[in-house]
Amino acid sequence: MTPVPLRPDLAAVAAAVPEGARVLDIGCGDGQLLAWLRDTKGVEGRGIELDASDVAAAVGRGLAVVQGDADTDLADYPDAAFDVVILSNTLQAMQRPADVLAQLVRIGRSAIVSFPNFGHWRVRLGLALSGRMPVTRSLPVSWHETPNIHFCTIADFEALAVEMGLTVERRAGLHSGRQVAAWPNLLADTGVFVLRR
Amino acid sequence: MDERFGFDRRVTLPGDFPLAGGGVLPELTIAYETYGKLNANATNAILVCHALTGDQYLASAHPVTGKAGWWTRLVGPGKPVDPEHWFVICANVLGGCMGSTGPSSIDPRSGQPFAMNFPVITIADMVEAQARLLDHLGVGTLAAVIGGSMGGMQALTWAVNHPARVKKVVAIATAARHSAQNIAFHEVGRQAIMADPMWAGGAYAADKPPAAGLAVARMAAHITYLSEEGLTEKFGRRLQDRDAVSFGFDADFQVESYLRHQGLSFVERFDANSYLYITRAMDYFDLAQPHDGNLARAFAGVQSRFCLVSFTSDWLYPTTESRRIVRALNAAGAPVSFVELESPFGHDAFLLDAPEMNRVVNGFLTA
Repeated sequence: MTPVPLRPDLAAVAAAVPEGARVLDIGCGDGQLLAWLRDTKGVEGRGIELDASDVAAAVGRGLAVVQGDADTDLADYPDAAFDVVILSNTLQAMQRPADVLAQLVRIGRSAIVSFPNFGHWRVRLGLALSGRMPVTRSLPVSWHETPNIHFCTIADFEALAVEMGLTVERRAGLHSGRQVAAWPNLLADTGVFVLRR
Repeated sequence: MDERFGFDRRVTLPGDFPLAGGGVLPELTIAYETYGKLNANATNAILVCHALTGDQYLASAHPVTGKAGWWTRLVGPGKPVDPEHWFVICANVLGGCMGSTGPSSIDPRSGQPFAMNFPVITIADMVEAQARLLDHLGVGTLAAVIGGSMGGMQALTWAVNHPARVKKVVAIATAARHSAQNIAFHEVGRQAIMADPMWAGGAYAADKPPAAGLAVARMAAHITYLSEEGLTEKFGRRLQDRDAVSFGFDADFQVESYLRHQGLSFVERFDANSYLYITRAMDYFDLAQPHDGNLARAFAGVQSRFCLVSFTSDWLYPTTESRRIVRALNAAGAPVSFVELESPFGHDAFLLDAPEMNRVVNGFLTA
């Protein structure tokens, strides 16, 4: 069976996961990424997801997924329980992003974090010209309805990682799923970081 | 073996059956139902464990009430546990009153019913009795053990006490221990039975049971299976067959009439002494107790995959209890899935139509 192709930002995350790794995907949704990793990379995966029907869908795919909240439930996991902990497109919805990041690198030997880049030129231009909170392809919901409460730019994230004393193993800026060659904080709509403690 | 759907089976396994509390039963009879066919490698067996007042009539008509099986929403043709694919086993628990050895059974040593001479049993004893049945049926490893409420306690105990015999565990609306509130409600029920003069120290004749006491026990327990929201929606303050309150102690309110009916119909099919013994077994249940209260250590040797489901309005075994189990399984490194499903129906939700639960169980069993 050929696995369904991944969403571009997930493909970038998946590329950073080694074969056969033990993986925890936080905010795993209906389990698309975990199922892909299991079927193509022989990964032993677990997931955490807030939404009950997404959990049901993921369990229906044969995945071990627990309904829970990354803001509160990560503390229950032992140190270095996973080779890789993934937080894709979820950090900006966390109550306490720095605490969550600290948990990621505690639970996982490495952490892969992807997030929408608020420094992208369209965001900057939209805010500068219209004076309104930007609504873009990667940030499609208006400010009062969005679950995203902690936006950051790629430069902000890099600064937080440094401040927390984390090692950035790899970093990439993506635009429409493709890696941008230069000025990622301006040209990328998504940032992807591989971190470790 | 007779393969008719849900043929009422019974087996007596001779020899001592030692119990966790130190007692010994001289022999063990287990009444059970099976659906489907065990495959050649005996790899498709699923054990379903029933709740406090359940029985082996999982998906076939009850011989006393004539009602359909108690979990036909989950088990049956086209359901997640389809006898077309699975060999499904459900046994009346040890201590029960539908054919398995219990307080109403005849003690072969005295020729009289055990009554209160029946030894106090535990959830682990119930599981050992099921293990003996599986040996008898030629089932080594279970593809899955599934249970809700007290059945979930048995399912968890299976994974802990027989790690190599269980591939998957589905534990629904359950807990890894009985809380003070759980024990308190059970004590009300037991005291209601024992306060009935007809109970006679447990030595009542089969045709003269402590019906009033058992009915009250059931009424109190039944409230814990529902939710305030569900009761309000179903009954509110509506009156029963009258336009005004009677200024008396008749069942003026529909909810009173309903509870009385629940109590009365329960005594038709359940034994009071069994109720005492089974509620006691549940009160004693605490998987973490042998590990100084550390549940993760209780799960340290498990080899099963786990699926837990709770319901939002279940206050008998609330979501916090399921989450405690999930946390401990995560800490023990066991693969676990968990979902809390929306329902207004309280603890009983697991026995009602729950399409999301079926979807989860189906996915978990199929994967």
